[in-house]
Amino acid sequence: MIKGLWWKLTGLGLILYSIVAGQMIEVPELPVIHQTIRNLFYHVCMWFAMFTMFGTSLVYSIKYLTGNKPGNDIMASESVYNGIFFGILGLITGMIWAKFTWGDFWTNDPQLNGAAVSMMAYLAYAVLRSSIDEKAMRARVSAVYNIFAFMLLVIFLGVLPRLADSSLHPGKGGNTSTMQGLDLTMRLVFYPAVIGWIIVAFWILQIRARKRRLVQNVNQINK
Amino acid sequence: MKEINELVRKDFLLELRQKYAINGILLYVVSTIFVVQLCLGRVIDENTWIALFWIILLFAAFNAVSKSFVQESAARRLYYYMLAPAVSVVLSKMIYNSMLMLILGLLSLLVFIVFMGFPEFNLALFLPSFTLGCIGISGALTMVSAIASRSGNNAALMAILGFPVVVPLLLLLVNASRLSLKAMVPVTDIVKSISGLFLIDVVVVVLAVILFPYLWRD
Repeated sequence: MIKGLWWKLTGLGLILYSIVAGQMIEVPELPVIHQTIRNLFYHVCMWFAMFTMFGTSLVYSIKYLTGNKPGNDIMASESVYNGIFFGILGLITGMIWAKFTWGDFWTNDPQLNGAAVSMMAYLAYAVLRSSIDEKAMRARVSAVYNIFAFMLLVIFLGVLPRLADSSLHPGKGGNTSTMQGLDLTMRLVFYPAVIGWIIVAFWILQIRARKRRLVQNVNQINK
Repeated sequence: MKEINELVRKDFLLELRQKYAINGILLYVVSTIFVVQLCLGRVIDENTWIALFWIILLFAAFNAVSKSFVQESAARRLYYYMLAPAVSVVLSKMIYNSMLMLILGLLSLLVFIVFMGFPEFNLALFLPSFTLGCIGISGALTMVSAIASRSGNNAALMAILGFPVVVPLLLLLVNASRLSLKAMVPVTDIVKSISGLFLIDVVVVVLAVILFPYLWRD
C-alpha cells in the first residue's frame, strides 16, 4: 500500500470538488430526469468504487492461491467487505434516483436485478467465510469462490444487461451510451468524482486491513 | 482419461446400489408437478409453463447434485487423492452429474408434458438449449457443492452459494424457451441464445478445472 498523506488528501479534495461543483454547474435540461441528473456524480461513482474493490479482491485472491500468504487473504476479504459497503450505497442512491424519475424504488430492470444478485453472491462469500473455522482452509475456499463471484459480477453487470431487450439504464438494451449524452461540463465533474471515490475506497481498505492485522496480532499475543 | 471413466462408472454403480437417492428425486419431481397441476389446473399459459418447468428442474438439480461431494468421507477423499489427479476427479463428477441431470430433465419434461401439455416449442432451439442448460446447471452446482462440502453447515451453504451461480443460466434458459415459442425464429437469434449458454458452460468447466485442485488438497 502507498504511504503518505498526499493521495488521501487528493481523494478528499476531488470528492469535495465534485460535491460543490456538482451542485453549482449548469446541467442540460432533459425530460423526466431534470435536475436529478446531478445524482450521476454520486450514484455511478459508488459502482465504480465497488467494481474497483471487487477487482482488487480478485487480484489478491489469485495472489493468495499462488502464494498462500495470509496477508493476501486479509486484503482479499477486506476488499470484498468494502466493496459490499459501496455496493449498498450504490443501491440506495440508485433507488432514490429511481423513485424520482421512474416513480418506484425498484423496477424490473436487468441492471437492477443483476446488481441485486451479484450483491447476494458477495454476501454469500461473507457467510461462507464465517462457516469455516480452520484458517488456511477458509482462505483457500473463499478465494476460489471469490473468483466465481467476480465472474458472476461481470456477467450480471457487463454482459446480461447489454443482451436484454429493454432497459431503463443508458448504454444497455439498445439505449445510447451515457458517455455520448454527457456534455463537457458534466464530464469535468464526473471523472474527478469517480477518481476521488476510488481513492477514498482504497484509503478505507487500507485502514480496514490494518485493523484486521492489529486484531490478529493482539489475539496471538493473548494466546 | 481412464481414471475419469472409472470414476464415472463408480458413481453410477453407487447410484444404482442405493436407489433411494435417485428415486427420491424422481418422486419429488413427479409430486411437485402433480401439485402444480392440482393448484393451477391443466391449462396454463406458456410463460407460466416455462417458469414452472425451470424452477422445478432447478430444485431437483440442487437435490441431485448437492450430495456429490458430501457423500465422500475424508478417508475416501484421501484415497481418491492418491489414485487420480484432481482434474480427473472434478471432470468425472461433472460428467456424471450432467448425465444424471439430463436423465432427470428428460423424465421431468415427460411428466410435465403428461400433466400440463406441451407448448409448441421450436425444437431446433429448445432441445439444444435444454441440453446445454442441464450441463451448465449441473457443472456449476458440482463446483458449488465442492466448495460447500469444505464448510461446516453444508445444506444451507449449498443453497445460498448456488443460487447466484445458477441465476444467469436460468435467465438465459427462460429467454431461450420464450424465444422458441415464436412461430418463426431467425437463425441469428437461435445462434445467439445457444452460443450464450455454450459460453457459460465453457467458462464453468474451465474455472472448475483450474480452481478445483486448490479445494481438493488438505
